[in-house]
Amino acid sequence: MNSRIGYIAFNTFREAVRDRVLYNLIAFALLLSGAAILVGEISIDIERLVVVNLGLTAVSLFGVVIAIFIGIGLVSKEIDKRTLYTVLSRPVRRWEFVVGKFFGLTGTLVVNTFFMALGVFLALLYVAHKFEKMDGWVLVALYFIVLQFLMVCALALFFSSFSTPLMSAVFTFALFVIGSLAEDLRGFARITHGLAGWIATAVAYVVPNFSALNVISQVAHGDAVPGRLILYNSVYALLYSTMAISGAVLIFQRRNLK
Amino acid sequence: MAAIEILDLEKSYLVGFWRKRQKLALRPLRLTIEEGEVFGFLGPNGAGKTTTLKLLMGLVFPTAGTARILGKNLDDPEVKSQVGFLPEQPYFYDHLSARELLNYYGQLSGMPAKGRSARVEQMLARVGLSDSAGLQLRKFSKGMLQRVGLAQAILHDPKLVFLDEPMSGLDPMGRREVRDLIQQLRNEGKTVFFSTHILSDAEALCDRVGIIHQGELRGVGAVADLTSETRGKVEIIFYSQTVPVGLTSLGAEARVSGDMVNAVVPEEQQDAALEVLRRERLRLISLTPVRSSLEEYYIQKLQPAEAGDDARADDSRDKENRKGAGV
Amino acid sequence: MTAAWRVNLAAAVVLLFSMAGVAAMLDAIDRTRSGNAAEESLYLRSPKMLRRLSLGYTGLLADIYWTRAVQYFGEQHHSGTGDFRLLAPLLEITTELDPKLLPAYQFGATFLAPKPPNGAGLPGSALALMRYGIEHNPDQWRLYYNLGFLYYTELKDYAHAAQAFAQGAQLPVTNEFMPILAARMAQHAGEFDTARMLWFTTYQSTKESQIRENAVEHLLALQVDEDVTRLEQVVEKYRLQTGRWPGSMSDLERAGLIHGTPTDPKGHPYRLMAEGRIEVQDPQNIYFITKGLPPGAAPPQPPRQASK
Ligand SMILES: Nc1ncnc2c1ncn2[C@@H]1O[C@H](COP(=O)(O)OP(=O)(O)O)[C@@H](O)[C@H]1O
Ligand SMILES: [Mg+2]
Repeated sequence: MNSRIGYIAFNTFREAVRDRVLYNLIAFALLLSGAAILVGEISIDIERLVVVNLGLTAVSLFGVVIAIFIGIGLVSKEIDKRTLYTVLSRPVRRWEFVVGKFFGLTGTLVVNTFFMALGVFLALLYVAHKFEKMDGWVLVALYFIVLQFLMVCALALFFSSFSTPLMSAVFTFALFVIGSLAEDLRGFARITHGLAGWIATAVAYVVPNFSALNVISQVAHGDAVPGRLILYNSVYALLYSTMAISGAVLIFQRRNLK
Repeated sequence: MAAIEILDLEKSYLVGFWRKRQKLALRPLRLTIEEGEVFGFLGPNGAGKTTTLKLLMGLVFPTAGTARILGKNLDDPEVKSQVGFLPEQPYFYDHLSARELLNYYGQLSGMPAKGRSARVEQMLARVGLSDSAGLQLRKFSKGMLQRVGLAQAILHDPKLVFLDEPMSGLDPMGRREVRDLIQQLRNEGKTVFFSTHILSDAEALCDRVGIIHQGELRGVGAVADLTSETRGKVEIIFYSQTVPVGLTSLGAEARVSGDMVNAVVPEEQQDAALEVLRRERLRLISLTPVRSSLEEYYIQKLQPAEAGDDARADDSRDKENRKGAGV
Repeated sequence: MTAAWRVNLAAAVVLLFSMAGVAAMLDAIDRTRSGNAAEESLYLRSPKMLRRLSLGYTGLLADIYWTRAVQYFGEQHHSGTGDFRLLAPLLEITTELDPKLLPAYQFGATFLAPKPPNGAGLPGSALALMRYGIEHNPDQWRLYYNLGFLYYTELKDYAHAAQAFAQGAQLPVTNEFMPILAARMAQHAGEFDTARMLWFTTYQSTKESQIRENAVEHLLALQVDEDVTRLEQVVEKYRLQTGRWPGSMSDLERAGLIHGTPTDPKGHPYRLMAEGRIEVQDPQNIYFITKGLPPGAAPPQPPRQASK
């Protein structure tokens, strides 16, 4: 890979770390250990269920919040503070900057998720005293959560390339919520006709499909995730992120800096 | 080869929230800067200096026109490794220390890892920041940031350096150091294009200056010419209500104000002029050599456009750049 | 071409390809997950828990579950498995989240009780849903109507049906047919007219297209049943008059018993079979009919696409 993209990505990661983003891990650890101890006490045969449901939901929500809050500032903050001037006056192409930022943020989230995943498995071990085969599916759910982060980061970056941080946050969050109900939306589009049906279909193709990436309750019940879904979701998330990033590049290429 | 060739660059911004209208920030600008030159871009606030520099750095895109830097197109990435840029009131990643920032910028400029940190230390020393090199930039004062900005602009040993108001925000010592630094760059054979609204800096450092006002290049001239041309004249002030005929025939430019006359004559005509006064029994008030300066030239160029055009008509100094002056 | 334009072009090409890929993948994901999605949405079956988790946005959540229910039914119906296990829980959650969501009750009344493949075959659940609805919306005549309808069509319980229609008839806002229906139930009279009135009221009082189509099919079937009954009476009369079975419809016309060739609601002439039986020309074309079928034939069911 282009070394400048790597440098920019690393600097983005370093910035997030120094801005104490990883401190969220403390809150996560407290939440999870509290819950593990609590369900361990009441013990009504659902410890594993609760730990997986709560743990994975927290991983997803914490990560999405981080992705949105850092992502929306990635480009616009650098334009506002004019830190970009001295970067773009070097042999750095604008697309390299956008792509580097994306990798930096997703890298941050992957590291963050790694530690959270460790926490989830420790909590599982604490309540169940051993690992079972079905715990492997929890890894798949975590992988899907990371895919979800890729898409949220790409979207935040896309909005950040032309809009203010506040508006970008609103747009990204709205898409996150709608995307979490994407399958309902697609179902709705299928049973609606006429103009509304057309619009619903178009929207259903554009919004990110987060519902297919959410297999938390499924794996909490120990159900398997079909291999084909893993494949399709991976390709889908990569393509969706690519789509948002290339949109961001197209916009940013033309952007006059303040 | 010309270091910078600006070919009718023009920029207008859209302003207003609901009803957008065009605001002309830079009228078509044509200007050529030779390699090895130190060029001062002079103009009051809002003249269009920063806009010009941002256009050249590819940070904003021109409404019309093009420019070539070191013979290459503006969007040619090759160009950027030969160019250094200090923005106006620079701001940097404040989570980094000065050392880390310079290292990062060195990486982005494609400096080989070998020798990079040595070069970084050298630059830190050159701008007097060796002591605070490990401090995060968020703890830096404005003047210190300006120094970091200078260091990053020359870090990768560029052929061509753009500096936007390099002296602003600095204490007198700092200004001094920046002057020395630009002097050194000149001695190293670099091309320096810097903007300023402070005349003395331009006068002290530049080979040539361009004067820009309201987005329009009003004049370009060599500093040596500008200051020497009016040298060798004297100003004679005496009591009189009219200008004596003898004086006009000596080639004096005279002006009556009240009961006084202000006359400027060439130095070699000084004695003849005094002789005229003596003959007419006019009382002399003062006789001083004229110290013309960049300032006069500057003020003259800032006059409303028509007056400026008149002045330019008998001004042979910027003949070669007449076209570029946006007449 | 300048460097910047090369980047623009490349980005545009990548954008288009990834968009196409995204659409293709979405369809692929949908195919792997159809049905699965509804199952998953029911991992949390306790409506009370859902209500708590919805952070007060119960209205929106109810709408989402309602859409899921309709979609689930449509999909299962289309797939022809006749498996509607999740319909009852989906509707129960919907109405628990928003007890005033009237279309959900109507949907339940229509599709919970009938035997598969036309419904979930759960008249008990359907009745419970209606009672729950009446409890929360005591002033809605439609719910009493649905209740009476269920008693009459599914359980043949005339007494309870009459009671439900009568209660609904007394509401300040009601439907003109309600008192008539109540009376009919009490007398067990005029089966065809009663049934027609019921389905017509159903048709009239809903906007939901699946329910409407279902009502129309029932109305058409009623017409056929009535026609066939009447024609068979005519044939019987002919036999009594002439002492033999008529050879064709024109025999009946010549005897002055009918005018013209009788046709079913879809325009196909009825056929006169041996021993005076009347059959529809194309039994697969009219669903839900109970008369006019070839001997031993099962009542035809709507084809899978019918509900789409
Ligand atoms: N982003 C912008 N939007 C609108 N107008 C601008 C923008 N940037 C600069 N201008 C206008 O362009 C003119 C030139 O500005 P500038 O180049 O910054 O002047 P200088 O650097 O010489 O002080 C000013 O009138 C300024 O108001
Ligand atoms: Mg400026």
